[in-house]
Amino acid sequence: MAKATRAAFGSTLVELVKEGVDVMAVDADLAGSTTTAAFGAAYPDRMVDVGIAEQNMIGVAAGLSLAGRTVFTGSFAVFGTGRCWEQIRNTVCDSNLNVKIAPTHSGITVGPDGATHQMLEDIAIMRVLPNMRVLVPADYAAARAAIRLAATTPGPFYIRLGRATVPEVYNDDFTCDVSFAHVLREGTDVTICACGVEVAQAFDAAEMLAEEGISCEVVDVMSIKPLDEETIIASAAKTGCVVTVEEHSVYGGMGSAVAELLAEKHPVPVTRVGMTTFGTSGDPDELLAHFGLDALSIASRVREALGR
Amino acid sequence: MSGTLAQPLRSDGEVALVANRMRHDIIRMLAAAGSGHPGGSLSAADIVATLFFGGVMNYNPDDPSDPGRDRFVLCKGHAAPALYAALAEIGYVPREELLTLRKLGSRFQGHPDCHCAPGIEVSTGSLGQGLSIASGLALAFKLDAAGNGSAREKRVYALTGDGELQEGQNWEAAMFAAHRNLDNLTAVVDLNNLQIDGHVTDVCSLRDLAAKFEAFGWHTVAACGHDVAELRAAFAEAEATKGQPTVIIAQTVKGKGVSFMEDQCGWHGNAPSAEQAETALAELDQAEAALVAALKEA
Repeated sequence: MAKATRAAFGSTLVELVKEGVDVMAVDADLAGSTTTAAFGAAYPDRMVDVGIAEQNMIGVAAGLSLAGRTVFTGSFAVFGTGRCWEQIRNTVCDSNLNVKIAPTHSGITVGPDGATHQMLEDIAIMRVLPNMRVLVPADYAAARAAIRLAATTPGPFYIRLGRATVPEVYNDDFTCDVSFAHVLREGTDVTICACGVEVAQAFDAAEMLAEEGISCEVVDVMSIKPLDEETIIASAAKTGCVVTVEEHSVYGGMGSAVAELLAEKHPVPVTRVGMTTFGTSGDPDELLAHFGLDALSIASRVREALGR
Repeated sequence: MSGTLAQPLRSDGEVALVANRMRHDIIRMLAAAGSGHPGGSLSAADIVATLFFGGVMNYNPDDPSDPGRDRFVLCKGHAAPALYAALAEIGYVPREELLTLRKLGSRFQGHPDCHCAPGIEVSTGSLGQGLSIASGLALAFKLDAAGNGSAREKRVYALTGDGELQEGQNWEAAMFAAHRNLDNLTAVVDLNNLQIDGHVTDVCSLRDLAAKFEAFGWHTVAACGHDVAELRAAFAEAEATKGQPTVIIAQTVKGKGVSFMEDQCGWHGNAPSAEQAETALAELDQAEAALVAALKEA
């Protein structure tokens, strides 16, 4: 059943504790929305709500981790990374702590709340930090796998979760490793690198283009940092043309990471599809179409990239 | 304050002597570095010495990562030389290595980095974050003790500057620590009333600091931050206070112990020249002689 990636947050933490993994969650008055409330209901001693205080949220998580706990932080992506970026930099990353930043409500698919609540710069500001790993899961199963991976791998992680329901991409038993990228659909004319909600959109675009005789390879770049260089370069070498798609700024996000890699190690033409402005209010599907991030728009950008 | 990790209790005079030796090290290492923060390091010396050598904190001098240890968070990370001097005094690091401060390859960065030298609990230096970290640690220790009734509830000590309290995150942490009844957390404010741009009361006054903390739900104790006996009594009162965290508002003099640095804004972030260091060390030698004489009399 299609679910939002955020729905995996609280429920996966509950699973982990049942399996004997010592995880805690710290949230900042958004526990209901991020779903850490479900975890808190099951394990009240493992859930800390600091109130509307994101900087303190990171500091408290850091302190708990210094005492040996594995700690996930919540809030919305714009507040849970942006309001407390320097705390994440200087306390979590410099000390290389076991703190996993996993806020929800990233990207424009937050929907009606509008621009102030739609985080479009989080991948950029998280991936620039030393010691930080960055995962952008495409669906519920991938989000669950990402949370499980972060819980059992020492050091800081950023896991980008979303509010909107997204189609299923993976089976329920999906697992991943650090630096995960996966060729979801093989093709020969062009590589579409996508992450998060854009994976399903890219897949649909590839189906549309197949009817026109354009063969798209779709790669889910779930780990933005570290990148699975081998998979991305192999695909770029095969198709000779890359289009990146993300629900994030084109500056500094997944597309930038892929372009940096290819510029250095296997130059091919790269088109970055993403956001260049703030978002606005609307339903998630309307917003994806409005900002050129739905399957139809992606198909058109792919045709342009191929000169067709 | 009992247990296998407890330190041999030194007399007030002996602790004052250690603090004076730390001041010596602070001046020597800053002069060697050619940069750094003497004012706030010197103002904190007696507080740090009382914590580590006055029988307040439990730790293992043979193992800086002993899991049973109390924790010290140096929120005002620019006073790193005071912490480094204490680490040398404990024996975690060789005293002469202090002279590598701030140099390429040194274990002693300008602000404390927890991956470099043993005994640094967490990287600090960006002001305003330490009290949150200390609160998280204190909460974890409460949960640990609740889960294991026989375990000693470890204590957490956080040393902040008064200028540092202008950072709003401190007040998020203050609210949280009181809400969670973290009585195993003690904050100390090194109240020297100086920050880089001038006197705290002129730049942006904290006004009635004790009233602020009390309004947030903290127990407050006032002490002279250069009087070991008063500090020791304040720490004992903090440990005896149940149900709420305690803040010790320690009145200090920035640059304490070096006459030409005392209460001088310019000595916040400037290292002494070789000549100035010589003058400072001579003053500290005199102070040492007086402390030794007083100890003999006692």
